[in-house]
Amino acid sequence: MTLIADTELQSFVLLRLGDRRFALAAAQIAELVPPSRIFHFPNRTPEIEGVLLRRGRIVPVCDVTEKLIGKTLRSRRFYLIAQRCYGAQTEWIALPVTGDCELINAEMTLSSETDAPHVGGWLSHAGDVIEVLNLAALTPGPGEVLPALAPLEPQEART
Amino acid sequence: MRLPTPHKPAPVRTEQIILFRVSGQLFAVSSASVQEVRGVDSLAGSAKEIALPDLPKVKHCVRRGENSLYVVNAAMHFGLHPAPPALVFVLRRTRTALLIDGIEKMTTMTRLQALPMAFCHEERDWYRGLTALDQAVVPVIKPEGFLTPDQLFSLDASLLPREPEDHSADEDSSSSTELTQ
Repeated sequence: MTLIADTELQSFVLLRLGDRRFALAAAQIAELVPPSRIFHFPNRTPEIEGVLLRRGRIVPVCDVTEKLIGKTLRSRRFYLIAQRCYGAQTEWIALPVTGDCELINAEMTLSSETDAPHVGGWLSHAGDVIEVLNLAALTPGPGEVLPALAPLEPQEART
Repeated sequence: MRLPTPHKPAPVRTEQIILFRVSGQLFAVSSASVQEVRGVDSLAGSAKEIALPDLPKVKHCVRRGENSLYVVNAAMHFGLHPAPPALVFVLRRTRTALLIDGIEKMTTMTRLQALPMAFCHEERDWYRGLTALDQAVVPVIKPEGFLTPDQLFSLDASLLPREPEDHSADEDSSSSTELTQ
């Protein structure tokens, strides 16, 4: 009898940025949406391009292309909306992607100390070695979040 | 027989807001935070000039009873292209009067979403949160976020009358130098 170590397999979403592909754990993905209007307002966080409105939620858009492939890409096919953890709090963040996304099952090799902080692990898929992204290192956020100070639910307007 | 009382949906909590523009950008402020709306011209006679090189967004102050209100140029505060302001909001429970371009309208918001954590710099002090209105997203300003306590301290200090320069101290020091020599 052959035992298949299927417990090691995890689901990932492959996303395309230009010629390269990257991966995110499928459990982190909320949805893939077509390009929609981005709203801008003054802020001092240059990594954030603006926000989009999705199902009544306001989602920040973070273009990670320059950080990952060293150049900005104007063409956008979708926004991949992923969950980003800030301590005990989880929020949605939209990542512009330039091509189709694909759901795969693969075994992840953990990253090593020599890897860039945004690399959470590695996948081998269809002859490619693909970085699994660590959103906490790739997208902006406060250095430390005190869970007691961070509201878990969006605030309601006060009368 | 007693009929069950019909279920009443919980009333939606709302907040009245003023939508206003600064250099073309739309912002919202709770109407409860605005004590007064005045034309810029009405300040002309009563405003005193201030020139702090580190704080170019404040160029005037207005005396209000015991306190001084500092007139903040909203466009400079938010890093927007300056446009000639037309109105001033005197913000309640602050010492800020805010120069703005104009009022768009008054409306109500039913939900204020906390500023996403991805925004992690000064804007966290600028905004109470974001609200969605007519399929648009509008930042809701925090009235106390325009001037920090340190900035207020510097502004207050700049208003203190300067003591005339005391040259006797120089004379004393020169004489003591002579003594030590």
